[in-house]
Amino acid sequence: MDLSAILEIVAKTDRGVARSHNEDAVLANNALGLVVLADGMGGYNAGEVASGMATAILGTALEKRFTETAPETLEADGRFHAHTVLAEEIAKSNTAIYEAAQNQSQYAGMGTTLVAGVFFDNRLTVAHIGDSRLYRLRGGDFQQVTRDHSLLQEQIDAGLISKEQARHSQNKNLVTRALGVDPAVEAEIQTYAVVPGDIYLLCSDGLNDMVEDDEIGMTVGMLAANIGLCAEQLIQMANDNGGRDNISVILVKIRADFSVPRGWWVRFLSWFK
Amino acid sequence: MAKLILSMDGLALNETVLTKERTTIGRKPHNDIQIDNLAISGEHAVVITILNDSFLEDLGSTNGTFVNGQSIKKHFLQNNDTIELGKYRLKYINEVTQQTSPADFEKTMILRPGAMSAAAEPVVTSTPAPMATASPSPAPAPMPTPAAPQQRTAPAAAAAAAPSLPLGVIQILSGGNAGRELELTKTLTTLGKPAVQVAVIARRPHGYFITHVEGAHLPIVNGKALDTQAHPLSDHDIIELAGVKMEFFLKN
Repeated sequence: MDLSAILEIVAKTDRGVARSHNEDAVLANNALGLVVLADGMGGYNAGEVASGMATAILGTALEKRFTETAPETLEADGRFHAHTVLAEEIAKSNTAIYEAAQNQSQYAGMGTTLVAGVFFDNRLTVAHIGDSRLYRLRGGDFQQVTRDHSLLQEQIDAGLISKEQARHSQNKNLVTRALGVDPAVEAEIQTYAVVPGDIYLLCSDGLNDMVEDDEIGMTVGMLAANIGLCAEQLIQMANDNGGRDNISVILVKIRADFSVPRGWWVRFLSWFK
Repeated sequence: MAKLILSMDGLALNETVLTKERTTIGRKPHNDIQIDNLAISGEHAVVITILNDSFLEDLGSTNGTFVNGQSIKKHFLQNNDTIELGKYRLKYINEVTQQTSPADFEKTMILRPGAMSAAAEPVVTSTPAPMATASPSPAPAPMPTPAAPQQRTAPAAAAAAAPSLPLGVIQILSGGNAGRELELTKTLTTLGKPAVQVAVIARRPHGYFITHVEGAHLPIVNGKALDTQAHPLSDHDIIELAGVKMEFFLKN
């Protein structure tokens, strides 16, 4: 099912003000409803390599596998094909990045965060590792959908520090999970219902560390009519506030319902094709 | 967190908290809620939980799934719904206090020293105003035409950058609201009529910028139509938008 008429997607990445290079990488495939965002880490240009590998390897693999089998297909275990494929391909890209880091000394210790989404059949399956986030604006309500894998989030969960204290924490950039740093990694994968009119925002911490959530939500709401401008505005706000890190945003606007037609008549018709 | 309480003949058997996105119900042992009874299909039904909402879906079971006596294929579960599978009953419990908790949780995020004083005043709109700047937010609807929800403003970004920049003001020159003033205290202020013509004015550390958002016509500044790029505003610029003329000026 070609989703290019249903999904309006804008992907932008910016070096920011303080950094000398951009270690973020973004990828979007409108027709297949795929979005991938990665924020690399590691010395010299290793971060760029890790995030670039993550988006390229994962992007290519997901495109291939979802062209072969539709993501809404149910697997034997009752999960969607989208879920299974994301888990499998993230594991493979983890291995690829990990091996590159092991084999080439200049890439030692490189890794990347990841947030990847697949839209299908009025659903979104999202996988994430680390502190890159997915937010959703639905009918004026702006919410963070993913939960960071970070020291800070764990401290908040444990009740050690408050959210207010967290804003001034020195540990902001310490993630507890990353792609490519260990031989194996577990991505957190969830499937959510999608409603026409929803706007999804995937971003790296360069945005949410520099701009308050309320303000991000307000900007997305106000500029919903023009998500290209919205993405630029978000990056500009992060830069105006200091732009201490690379900033990446992917915005996805759901224009219409995209449920997959089901029922005997569909199967009956396809029988003639 | 919502839960399902399994019972038979009024006798509670067990309780399952809906922590997973998919909670499966069936006769076979791999189900999250296993009911070993021949009236139950191997994979009978599934409860899909999204944030605070749970949906029950029958997986094509032989004897069907009933909620409060009605046969269902798909059902949006409400607190105290009773799901009937053969002789077994599953009661869905999702207390109201728990349903509101995420909103409360979000509100606590906004409570910062800067917002405390603002929170003490009666709140008219639900628009959060953290990092409130020195000047009060503009009165609702100082807008050209139809009024209310057109003018939405975002909270100011860098409060630190604010004092160096003179306050920008929009004064309406024509139309029903001629003479009204709108202070641009926030990071973003949208002007115009949604779906007809909308432009946004961004307050940035080094000045104000106007950008076209939507509509077939581009905003006109000093008689010249803008392109789609951000355009810096200078003192006493005349803006024409959705048939309304307005003047931008800086207040010291």
